[in-house]
Amino acid sequence: MIELAEVTKRYPGGHEAVSNLSLTIDEGELVFLTGHSGAGKSTLLKLIAAIERPTSGNIVVNGQNVGRMKRPALPFFRRNIGLIFQDHKLLYDRSVFDNVLLPLHIQGMTGSDAAKRVRAALDKVGLLKKEKTRPITLSGGEQQRLCIARAIVSRPALVLADEPTANLDDAYARDIMDMFRAFNEVGVTLVISTHDQELIHRYGGRSINLAYGKMVA
Amino acid sequence: MNAWIAHHLHSLKIAAGRFRDAPLSTLFTLLVIGVAVAMPSGLYVLLSNLDRAAGGVKPEVELTLFIKNEVPTQESKALAARLAKDADIERVSFIGKDEGIKKLEAAGLADITAGLPANPLPDTLIITPKESSPAALEALSNRLKEMESTQQVVMDTDWIKRLSALMGLGRNLVFLLAALLGLALAAITANTIRLQIYAQKDEIEVAQLIGATDRFIRRPFLYFGGIQGLIGGLAGWLIIMLGGYFIENSVAQVAAAYGASFDLANLGILELITLLGLSTLLGWLGAYFSVNQALRSFAND
Repeated sequence: MIELAEVTKRYPGGHEAVSNLSLTIDEGELVFLTGHSGAGKSTLLKLIAAIERPTSGNIVVNGQNVGRMKRPALPFFRRNIGLIFQDHKLLYDRSVFDNVLLPLHIQGMTGSDAAKRVRAALDKVGLLKKEKTRPITLSGGEQQRLCIARAIVSRPALVLADEPTANLDDAYARDIMDMFRAFNEVGVTLVISTHDQELIHRYGGRSINLAYGKMVA
Repeated sequence: MNAWIAHHLHSLKIAAGRFRDAPLSTLFTLLVIGVAVAMPSGLYVLLSNLDRAAGGVKPEVELTLFIKNEVPTQESKALAARLAKDADIERVSFIGKDEGIKKLEAAGLADITAGLPANPLPDTLIITPKESSPAALEALSNRLKEMESTQQVVMDTDWIKRLSALMGLGRNLVFLLAALLGLALAAITANTIRLQIYAQKDEIEVAQLIGATDRFIRRPFLYFGGIQGLIGGLAGWLIIMLGGYFIENSVAQVAAAYGASFDLANLGILELITLLGLSTLLGWLGAYFSVNQALRSFAND
């Protein structure tokens, strides 16, 4: 599903966030990206989602060469990926419901079909009762769950999560990991970056350890 | 198709909401656009009224025929009588040598005329032609010049030429003003849209990350720009109407002083549609450039 071949990402100024990295992630895998902060985890996720472009090397996702993708093709590519951000990136000027509706709306889905899917996604993350509230009134864990609901509402085959449990206490973090595990069991490919080693021990799955932009065993 | 309509309605709703959220700045922007629209269109209205007025007043063109000095006055008078029956001539009035010098004396030039050894003035015919088109005038004037007793024919068409030159200048001014202020309209819109984009930066960024096309992001802004242009155009039209109403009385007075009656005409329906169409288009264009520039400058390319 995801294939990186000798990928390097160098930022202006010379800092190399990812150096000559090659790896393959199969369909249906649950993969943890670990490493110290600044090891290149976030950059790697951004490269896979075509938010950043590689300086050199090839990235193929879903059979599409991401690095060479033209700008007009990007939106349609991103619709197949659920993105979960550490800072949530929620829109605070609209309700919980409307936040989750946005991806469907962008894809041209409206009306009762869309509403049904929004409620199903909210139900999965346990926020169904809060659909009318504003995100600002939610706790940190709830905001993260809302971000997850928005990522899965369009039923993507691939979900990328950048430090989804970073600012959460243990009980919340476990909640969220249980959710990811459930998605994985129905066939969703998940790539999760984290520096929480204990979490990985508890949930198993493959882990890719990065240090200074390179893979270490 | 339904989704497409729903999309557009939604964009329209967003655009309307943005007007509602900032009523004061919207009002000011509309006022500025209104003035920008009203200036060239107002000038245009003024010009078409002038054009109509100039067309309405049949210019009294006169030809002045000076008769050779050696021709006796009796013969000159006979010539006047003959010309008065000419098919191309409306009227002929005869001003004899003696009459001419009396007119000069009456005008306060008696000192000068008294010093003259003989009357230097020729017999003069003032001829009013039936037709005042330049071609007809030219033909008549040539015919008169060929007569044996004609010394000189003077035709006063300068003021017609001046008027048409002035009207041409006015029309060019309208074009120039319209072009400049049209540019200003687009720039004003681009600026308000730029501020909006700045306020909506988070939303645009999130939308891009979850797969929104540029078109999807652009649409509410384009609606906003177009609607702003349209309402601004209407405001401009209102300003012209009010301005016309304001000067109507004084125009009537001026017309009355010239012994004419004159109604100030406003923009016709076709002209109004053109005006509103143009202001809408310019608003839309301003928004388009502004959004496109912003979309390109956002980091995730």
